[in-house]
Amino acid sequence: MSGEIYVQAHPVDHLVRADRLPHIWCPGCGLGSATACFASAMVDSGLPLDKQVVVSGIGCTGRVAGYLNVDSFHTTHGRAIPFAIGLKLANPELQVTVFSGDGDMFAIGGNHFLHAARRNVDLNVVCINNFNYGMTGGQFGPTTPLGARTTTTPHGNAEPPFNLVHVASSLGAVFVARWTVLHIRQLHRSMLRALDKRGFRFIEVLAPCPVGFGKSNDIGEGLDEMWFYRRQCVIDPETDLAQATIEMKHDSRIVLGDFVDIERPVFRPSGWEE
Amino acid sequence: MIAAAERRVLAGRHFMNGDTACAEGALAAGCRFFAGYPITPSTEIAERLAERLPRLGGCFVQMEDELGSMAAILGASWAGAKAMTATSGPGFTLMMENFGLGLMTETPCVIVNVQRGGPSTGLPTLVGQADVMQAKWGSHGDYEPIAYAPASPQEMFDLLIAAFNAAERYRMPVLVMADEVVGHMTEGVTIPPAEELHLVGRKRPPAGANGWLPYAADGDLVPPMPLAGEGHHIHVTGLTHDERGYPATDAVVQDQLVRRISQKVQVHAAEIISLEELLTHDAETIVVSYGCTARSARQAVLAARERGVKAGLLRLITLWPFPGERMRELADGSRRFVVAEMNLGQMAREVERHTRAPAVWVTHAGGAMIPPTAILRAIMEAAT
Ligand SMILES: Cc1ncc(C[n+]2csc(CCOP(=O)(O)OP(=O)(O)O)c2C)c(N)n1
Ligand code: SF4
Ligand SMILES: [Mg+2]
Repeated sequence: MSGEIYVQAHPVDHLVRADRLPHIWCPGCGLGSATACFASAMVDSGLPLDKQVVVSGIGCTGRVAGYLNVDSFHTTHGRAIPFAIGLKLANPELQVTVFSGDGDMFAIGGNHFLHAARRNVDLNVVCINNFNYGMTGGQFGPTTPLGARTTTTPHGNAEPPFNLVHVASSLGAVFVARWTVLHIRQLHRSMLRALDKRGFRFIEVLAPCPVGFGKSNDIGEGLDEMWFYRRQCVIDPETDLAQATIEMKHDSRIVLGDFVDIERPVFRPSGWEE
Repeated sequence: MIAAAERRVLAGRHFMNGDTACAEGALAAGCRFFAGYPITPSTEIAERLAERLPRLGGCFVQMEDELGSMAAILGASWAGAKAMTATSGPGFTLMMENFGLGLMTETPCVIVNVQRGGPSTGLPTLVGQADVMQAKWGSHGDYEPIAYAPASPQEMFDLLIAAFNAAERYRMPVLVMADEVVGHMTEGVTIPPAEELHLVGRKRPPAGANGWLPYAADGDLVPPMPLAGEGHHIHVTGLTHDERGYPATDAVVQDQLVRRISQKVQVHAAEIISLEELLTHDAETIVVSYGCTARSARQAVLAARERGVKAGLLRLITLWPFPGERMRELADGSRRFVVAEMNLGQMAREVERHTRAPAVWVTHAGGAMIPPTAILRAIMEAAT
């Protein structure tokens, strides 16, 4: 052994397309932590990696699929869920995860989310909520808090945002959780639970986008937003989801937890035999 | 009506509606996945497949809209299924963005557009042929589509097989530009026995290939297609991508890729293009037409011959790629061209562009068949 140098490898190195580095994400962005967390959940789930597929839409989060060394699809803005439905129904052996942004999944792609959850399609859905359209330079979107400043709400956001976990649970999603990229161990556990379940599973992950949201909304850099999460988050799986809104203010709470874990018949097209 | 042991290919002689024949053609071609959203006059295709596909081990899914339908068939194709959707103008428009995704990612599938009168909601129940240029240019960016134009229920069957074969052969979404008349008319349809059908499957990568590049094309400009779940760990993106399939924000890669996905159709144009010529050998006036309008054009040509006028018919069975070469051969300077179509001159301009001579246009914005008399009048006019 003497004289040889051993380079320590990260346990999920083989899940990252290292030949694509450096990635496009900004310093302080929450996407790296969320992706790494999901990569280790994929490994730890014990599901064969050859059968795990990741589908993304468009956006900074939409780039996640492309950095993961599994079969991965970077589709069009808003259409990750229906693309994933096609993959899953045509080959039920696949474990399909949709990994996309708040705008992709709840603005332009909102209708697909609605119907996929209602049908209880067997999909694992992870939404990175950074409260804005990061990719296009920080415009407001369907999760931007009321009053927030973005490049298209210079006078403050006039629209009330979606409460994503409430939306998902009211549509009948069988697993619903919300974590932040600070709560990485809880998020990892939550992802494992989701990967172990069948039906429409939904995890909202709050993540800093200092460029598009944090700096213009009195939160600051990525690290400041992590401190913000530390101060403002409470874990309460039993919370009333209708009240679990997010204001991103220094005097408001953010409720986290694995909120819903139920069973419901999984979608099978009419007359279909697997 | 259908026996317990469902037959994929209903071989035999039928009296069949065009939309039904379309569904049967898809099944005979091996279609295993349909996603769609109901729209007149294409709905019967979905209804037939909803009935038949599940019994054949396939999957029928009614999506929430055409955006989702188009995305779903692309996903299904990457899982290995021959997949299709069927729609009409408004839905076709909604499919355009993901049609482009299919072209860029080289995903085989079939899109049937049973055309009705447009723009907008237009004439939901009445015929039109005004989406033929949308087929060519409807999605953003450069591409070379393949589009068929059936003129009878028999061709609704036959051309579905041709469309699936082309989709698999050239790895791309292929269009079937039918119309309401052809979709809703009932005529004799002969379905050959399964063993007589010529079916094509996509080119597949060599097993266990190492260092293999998923977007490196062979000599025929078509890359072999891996599937999700096979262990290749592919990345598929609508972004401009290199031969690894990785995004490349690069003008050189862009030009190579976009040129190749166009050229893979252009270099095979002779194989793809399908025309019917009636009495063109000595014709002095040639009527160019397609779809349901070609049925009137045929009558007009025969009526002109009865009157001693040397007319001929050139029927476009494929609209795209356009048969420019044949058009130029026929345009020897003395021949005149009449173009009959149910739009305001979409293919007529294309004919003029290739023949370099003004044609007589017989056009109508849609709603009813162009009668043979209108085309006959144009032939007589052109002949004088
Ligand atoms: C049809 C269409 N419209 C607009 C865009 C431009 N666009 C790209 S990403 C994006 C927003 C992405 O926001 P989100 O999903 O929240 O992802 P993030 O970048 O914040 O991770 C928009 C509007 C597009 N690519 N396609
Ligand atoms: S813009 Fe925001 S979401 Fe996008 S990479 Fe930068 S920090 Fe991350
Ligand atoms: Mg966002």
